Amino acid sequence: MMLEVEGLGSHYGRIPALKGIDLHVGEGELVALVGANGAGKTTLLRALSGVQPVSAGRVRFDGADITAAAPDKRVRLGIVQVPEGRQVFGPLSVEDNLRLGAYLRSKAEAAQGIERVYAMFPVLKQKRREPAGTLSGGQQQMLAMGRGLMALPRLLLLDEPSMGLAPKLVEEIFACVRALKAASTTIFLVDQNARAALAVADRAYVLETGRVVLSGSGAELLEDEQVKEAYLGL
Amino acid sequence: MSAQFTQYLLTGLTVGAIYALVALGFSIIFNASNVINFAQGEFVMIGGMATVSLIAVGLPYLLAIPLAVAAAALVGLALEKFAVEPARGASVVTLIIITIGASIFLRGLATIIWDKRFHALKPFTGDAPITIAGATILPQSLWVLGVTLAVVLALSWFFGRTLLGKAMLATSHNRLAAQLAGINVRMVLFLSFGLSAALGAVAGILIAPITTTSYDVGVMLGLKGFAAAMLGGMGSGVGAVVGGIALGITETMSAGYLSSAYKDAIAFVIILAVLFFMPSGLFGKRGGERV
Repeated sequence: MMLEVEGLGSHYGRIPALKGIDLHVGEGELVALVGANGAGKTTLLRALSGVQPVSAGRVRFDGADITAAAPDKRVRLGIVQVPEGRQVFGPLSVEDNLRLGAYLRSKAEAAQGIERVYAMFPVLKQKRREPAGTLSGGQQQMLAMGRGLMALPRLLLLDEPSMGLAPKLVEEIFACVRALKAASTTIFLVDQNARAALAVADRAYVLETGRVVLSGSGAELLEDEQVKEAYLGL
Repeated sequence: MSAQFTQYLLTGLTVGAIYALVALGFSIIFNASNVINFAQGEFVMIGGMATVSLIAVGLPYLLAIPLAVAAAALVGLALEKFAVEPARGASVVTLIIITIGASIFLRGLATIIWDKRFHALKPFTGDAPITIAGATILPQSLWVLGVTLAVVLALSWFFGRTLLGKAMLATSHNRLAAQLAGINVRMVLFLSFGLSAALGAVAGILIAPITTTSYDVGVMLGLKGFAAAMLGGMGSGVGAVVGGIALGITETMSAGYLSSAYKDAIAFVIILAVLFFMPSGLFGKRGGERV
């Protein structure tokens, strides 16, 4: 198993945000995490990246315990997150943003990575000298994805990649997710667009107030009455 | 331009360059941590005093200066490691108070290692004044201006061209994203203390032949540098340089045309005016808290 999470807990002050999460992601899988606002999706992803303190439980990656590993060590192992809200380095150029994504990779890997990202998102190449903050929301999301890919992820954590985007751009982002899956990148995807996320996922977990309440294949959950009612608006 | 005006301008530029170096030190640490390091002035003092000691034991300038800068940088790194790092997670105000404590501690230590007297450092290359347009300038002032220019160019190369420099900038703009890109933000903070301390020491060494140095020289120079950084906009490199030069020139002009009694008051008037009317300074980031 690539990623195994056991009884993971996390608190904001005294308020629990995660109450014993168990889940796993296998090599090459695309696993989705669905849940309402405040269910703890972002907290979980941040805990996996090591930027959110963990109060209980264990995280294993390739069998090795990384519960206490520093964020940069996890990136080195290949756990890379594209954070919610894009979080690009606004005043830095598009190319510098991408280059920093490969901060822990070699010069040659970075140069290859930049070409790959430009091939995937040609608009970024056009704008490569411009400050990232001047890009549109959709372009910033592409840049955030590109910056994540620069780190050569083995496990890509995507937090709300389609949030706030026009439908056409949402389709483009999901096309990119499918392409990454086809290229056998392991992906753990959080998205409020539950229908699109479940449709593209091999398996999925449903999170409610810090607990996993349901799990199954994407197709199963799409048919689940509870899920339909709560997250698909049917 | 009258010779008198030129004279004030040259003096102002010299002092301003020193303020700019100190202000850059403030900005670099502020960028890495949002902390205003009130021990910045002590790095200036350590630079000057260490050079005085090393010259006294017979070292040439060429050796004494790099050693003194390295000593100050080590103190800066130690300050981060032993005073700031253990308080990780504490509020910014707590960290600022820690730096105030550190500055008092370092001043006290300096009176033990050295003494409470004033020390003069010989100018780097003679003291025969050079006449420019009716005004005179000391060779040491040319050193101040030249070295400051070189330092500013080196810094802009570092932050604009090197991956580590860009990583430090990225950390100041978005700490979370920097962590997720694999940048070790604790290392960035550590390095910024070393870099700031080195900059402060350079300022202290350059100015020592003109104004003399002593254990408490950092108090006033630190405050002036802080005023310059505030005026330019805390965290902005360009702002630190512009703020420093502007403060230096304003100071000497008011000392020359009004009264030298008000010279030091200018810096405080500027701090107050900036805080009241323009809290983000000339080139600082606009806007309030990001939620």
